[in-house]
Amino acid sequence: MRRLFSLAAVVALVVGLVGMVLTRPQRVDQAQLDGITPDLKRGETVFYAAGCASCHSAPDAKGEEKLVLAGGRRFETDFGTFIAPNISSDPGGGIGAWSVLDLANALIHGTGPNGQHYYPAFPYTSYINMTTEDVASLHAFLATLPASATESMAHEVGFPFNIRRGLGGWKLLYLEPGWVVEGDLTDQQIRGRYLVEALGHCAECHTPRNGLGGLKRDQWLTGAPNPSGKGRIPGLSADQLDWSEADIAEYLKSGFTPDYDSAGGEMVEVIENTSRLSDDERLAIAAYLKAVPVQRKELRSE
Amino acid sequence: MIKKFSIVAAGLMSVALIGAAIAHESQNPAVKARTSIMQLYAFNIGTLGGMAKGEMEYDAEAATRAANNLVVLTQIDQSAMWPAGTDNVADPSNRALPAIWENFPDVGAKGQAMVDAAAVMQAAAGQDVEALKGAMKGLGGACSACHKAYRAPKN
Repeated sequence: MRRLFSLAAVVALVVGLVGMVLTRPQRVDQAQLDGITPDLKRGETVFYAAGCASCHSAPDAKGEEKLVLAGGRRFETDFGTFIAPNISSDPGGGIGAWSVLDLANALIHGTGPNGQHYYPAFPYTSYINMTTEDVASLHAFLATLPASATESMAHEVGFPFNIRRGLGGWKLLYLEPGWVVEGDLTDQQIRGRYLVEALGHCAECHTPRNGLGGLKRDQWLTGAPNPSGKGRIPGLSADQLDWSEADIAEYLKSGFTPDYDSAGGEMVEVIENTSRLSDDERLAIAAYLKAVPVQRKELRSE
Repeated sequence: MIKKFSIVAAGLMSVALIGAAIAHESQNPAVKARTSIMQLYAFNIGTLGGMAKGEMEYDAEAATRAANNLVVLTQIDQSAMWPAGTDNVADPSNRALPAIWENFPDVGAKGQAMVDAAAVMQAAAGQDVEALKGAMKGLGGACSACHKAYRAPKN
């Protein structure tokens, strides 16, 4: 009996240790960043393609104010309310003191400089596919933006989601590098895939999630319930979005739909970003969307 | 008895159907008037957008005519077309949010942005297709700014 008890204790210890190791925050190897020369123009494109300002600018910021990444926008979810932190160039209030490695750890692994897990409201599940060149260039571009000393606010998240270590387990399940749409893609579609799957993180809204908040990657871009509770975020696969590639590119530039209505809702902010990209980049996104596999209707979660 | 019940049911159903048909489009003349202006915008922007996308061959004269129409549309005084009680809460057949009636100065500022964007398009449309393409972004931005703040989502 006593022996059985000790055995159970040993098993529990091993499981615990393995668990601790598996849920440990991951980091990027510094060697992957050595020898990269940041390119400001490239960093600016990454900034707009990744939509940093849409979440990290102050609530109700307009125009040029959107370049002050002071944080403070609230995102209400089933798991609690997340408040975007200050990522401005201020060394105290923002992330001005971060190295390229710090930014790479945050974007690619969702790991903070103190080794804490970030919540996946920050879409590192997409940014995990960013190139290190783009991370370094974004780092350089962010340093050129205005500083704000505004203090970041703590997320309003209750038990058990307030145990950050638990996010290590979530990451084991849902954080994986690699592309969803594969196969015979043109160079243009490959560029579009990078813009959509890695930087643009379109799937975060346009793909349905499971009960734990993980994306259903087998229903990629097939649309999802709107977290606001009203209506549905539309699917983007070719059977659901029958716009031509020129239509999609124009929408991402001016916000005009094919019948010349204009965009509304959250997409207006997205288009503020995509309108800063080049025509080639918008056409690449459109070409990629035409390559997204069409899902059988009965597999779709409505 | 059953027959009587069916007649009542059929009667209720047709009332519901007529109700749905009416709900589809507002019968308020002010709402109809402002919706028509939006359709005129869409029609003329359609000419410019078709050229911007390369679906239609660029034609400086046709583009200029469309852009001139936009400028005319921005000059229409719409003040009588937005009477109280025509927001989407009072009249669910349209999508105008009550916030419009609470923020007239901001609505006016966004309207002025549309006037400016139409003027930019008027200057660009007759130059060449690249200038026209460049002006589409500002035009769309002006439309979206107001629609994001003051128009309810479709469903």
